[in-house]
Amino acid sequence: MIYRLNSRFHPRNLITLLAMALLLGCGAGESNVASGNRDGILHYGNGAEPQGLDPHVVTGVPENHLIRALFEGLAVKNPITLEPEPGVAERWEFSEEGRVITFYLNPEARWSNGEQVSASDYVWSWNRALHPETGNLYAYMLYPVENAEGYAKGEIKDFSEVGVKALDDTTLQVTLNTPTPYFIQLMDHYSTFAVHPETLLKFGKMTDRFTPWTRVGNIVSNGAFVLTDWALNRHIKMAKSDLYWDRNRVSLNGVVFYPTENVVSEERMFRVEQLHYTQVVPLDKIPVYRELDNTPYIQAPYLGTYYYLVNTDRPPVDNVKVRQALSMAVDRDKLVRSVLQQTAVPAYSITPPNTLGYYPPRVFDYDPERARALLAEAGYPEGEGWPGLEIIYNTQEAHRKIAVAIQQMWKSELNIDITIANQEWKVYLNSVSQRDFQVARRGWIGDYVDANNFLDLFITDGGNNNTGFADPVYDDLILQRAPRAQTREDRYALFEQAETMLMEQMPIIPIYTYTSKHLIHPSVEGIYPNLMDSLNLKYVRLRTEPTLPEDLR
Amino acid sequence: MLRFILSRLLQAIPVIFIVITATFFLVRAAPGGPFDAEKVVLPEVKRALEAQYRLDLPLHEQYFAYLADLAQGELGPSFKYPGRSVNEILFSGLPVTAELGFYALLIALVIGVTAGVFASLKPNTRQDYIPMSLAMIGICMPSFLLGPLLVLVFGIYLEWLPISGWGAIPGDKILPSITLGAAYAAYVARLSRAGMLEILSQDYIRTARAKGLPEWLVVVKHALRGGLIPVIAFLGPAFAGLLAGSFVVETIFQIPGLGRFYVQAAFNRDYTMILGTTVFLSSLIVLFNLLSDVAAAWLNPRLRSQFSGGSR
Repeated sequence: MIYRLNSRFHPRNLITLLAMALLLGCGAGESNVASGNRDGILHYGNGAEPQGLDPHVVTGVPENHLIRALFEGLAVKNPITLEPEPGVAERWEFSEEGRVITFYLNPEARWSNGEQVSASDYVWSWNRALHPETGNLYAYMLYPVENAEGYAKGEIKDFSEVGVKALDDTTLQVTLNTPTPYFIQLMDHYSTFAVHPETLLKFGKMTDRFTPWTRVGNIVSNGAFVLTDWALNRHIKMAKSDLYWDRNRVSLNGVVFYPTENVVSEERMFRVEQLHYTQVVPLDKIPVYRELDNTPYIQAPYLGTYYYLVNTDRPPVDNVKVRQALSMAVDRDKLVRSVLQQTAVPAYSITPPNTLGYYPPRVFDYDPERARALLAEAGYPEGEGWPGLEIIYNTQEAHRKIAVAIQQMWKSELNIDITIANQEWKVYLNSVSQRDFQVARRGWIGDYVDANNFLDLFITDGGNNNTGFADPVYDDLILQRAPRAQTREDRYALFEQAETMLMEQMPIIPIYTYTSKHLIHPSVEGIYPNLMDSLNLKYVRLRTEPTLPEDLR
Repeated sequence: MLRFILSRLLQAIPVIFIVITATFFLVRAAPGGPFDAEKVVLPEVKRALEAQYRLDLPLHEQYFAYLADLAQGELGPSFKYPGRSVNEILFSGLPVTAELGFYALLIALVIGVTAGVFASLKPNTRQDYIPMSLAMIGICMPSFLLGPLLVLVFGIYLEWLPISGWGAIPGDKILPSITLGAAYAAYVARLSRAGMLEILSQDYIRTARAKGLPEWLVVVKHALRGGLIPVIAFLGPAFAGLLAGSFVVETIFQIPGLGRFYVQAAFNRDYTMILGTTVFLSSLIVLFNLLSDVAAAWLNPRLRSQFSGGSR
């Protein structure tokens, strides 16, 4: 007994064991990029582990990338122009002044089990997407469809009253409440995708959230790729689909998606050629990458705005002059240059510039003189009598840096004291939705390329308004007049009018427009920077030639 | 001995029950819920979701329903990962985290015991100060500093070892195991030095030396067994700590273990996941503490005689 115990803890044995454990298979192998370029496999950093792959259940950016590789909508975005191009639907027609859309489905469109994608699959899927019991967070994407909102809220019980009909196997007719110019774009959003009804029903009810229908071996999809492996928190593997209607255009043989939550690790993986593509780039690495010749760093404007919400019911920011003064005293150029390393674009409105040809009006400028005058008019000359103001933000270093910079700008330009407070994510969300704040950091990423997606945030009592801003004239512009505009010019003019009102009332202080930032290996072709950061993998090709710049090592 | 183990197991039941109850009500008291998101959730959708997850029931009914499920070993569906049960996520991460913890502990023992014994042989000399100063640095150096440092040196500059993943590329287990093991190695070194110092001053060691046994035999055969008792006692909580605390290392090296789920569940307000991981890990901690107590008792003749006498 004694001997056995001794021998168990004998250092020599442990050393042998340890050496064996560590040396097992030790040695340098071929990098993912090298083997991927040879075999046509893209190694893709995808941000986070996806919640799942059910298009009507999950939300989020990593999920979007995966679902759009596995499934295809009626129309897809061209990755260069973002204009809609054929997906499952070969073509579509508008009638009754744009209120009725007829989609003609490609008879070659197939589910991965070989069945044809039919118009009735869409009717079934939209029923699921809108059904009150499904709990689809993006149900509102289909609200432009006649009676869809009433059905989703349980006010209408009969789905046949909703404006979507299968006229025959390949003809889908959609009736909208009002003409909705961006509706075709929504067909590329996963919440409007079709799922294969029989597959779902095999594993549960139509509205079930928890069934394993999206697992490897179970899932039936209709996109350019099929799911072959899903190892939780390791990788998701997909292979090119042999049944996809446009398979001849697909160059990749497969894609491996990695959950890369830690952005620093993701960048290191890219540097040792474990990844072709990173989801983001750590801010402090960007200047280094910019210096490189043939840099793999790609930055492009992104359809999102970073801004401060102002609670218009809380003093001192209930006074519009105070809000204007605060906004005019923010030197956005300086902020973008010093804090953000030129990875953002200064913003003076909520809608990002060139949102499908729409440019927001410039209502104000950085003007500390005018800001001081406005503050004096509001009763705080030179900051005298200032009652204090708090900015809240969700705990993150980047938000803190911006808040500190703005705090200093307001102190030096307006001589007012600001406190900043961080809150844990869910606490912060709670504070914002309960309107328990004076000024709160906020960001909005567009779901589709249209100014409406930004401007309708601030309609009276809108769920994402949170500012207390309420103006019937504004509501009328966004909800009634813009949808009925006859031409794009008229519509944009109405948006401009609404946005001018918003920036005069200043319930938000816009700060900057986001950019998308990626590292893309030089062997990858067919990834185009665009406003939606939208990638269609069917256009991506891999070459074997170019390698990473030497200086990276 | 059996009575000792049984009574400890019985004591564990109320402990774990209190952990469950406290966790259940604490996470509900935290502001924000699992369905709060940056884009507001429509009220009709929120109602549907709450119904699917039983959140529409009164809190005490949810509590009893949870306990009933738990009694059957069901930890419920995850809020964050619809379509996956907490059981499934736990069992996908556990083998990885356990393997990582095992290697880390192995490294900790080999380096720690060697350094500790080495230091204890010539106390208050250079042979003592150097390994013990290193151990102090090891304790102070957080893994979020050591990990990236190792990655930079061995992964990026020397290109010897892979820098992320687990079991995907040969050799990718080395850096995370060292990173996680380093701090524990330092603890083990200090514990084994202290333990050995105490034992080496005992009479029976002097007797062994007087018999003319070579010094290495004295150390290995006679001193080590007693000297390592503090280390053995430390192993149980250490392994449980490694399981629960591997979050940082798992994040740095993109390892698909349990730690990441554990911490993120709290941020996500993934109620079932928080409870599931807490219940699971607290049971493990109780179990490992018990195991190390039993092992320490076996190693210590004085304690062992108490048990065999049944006088507990």
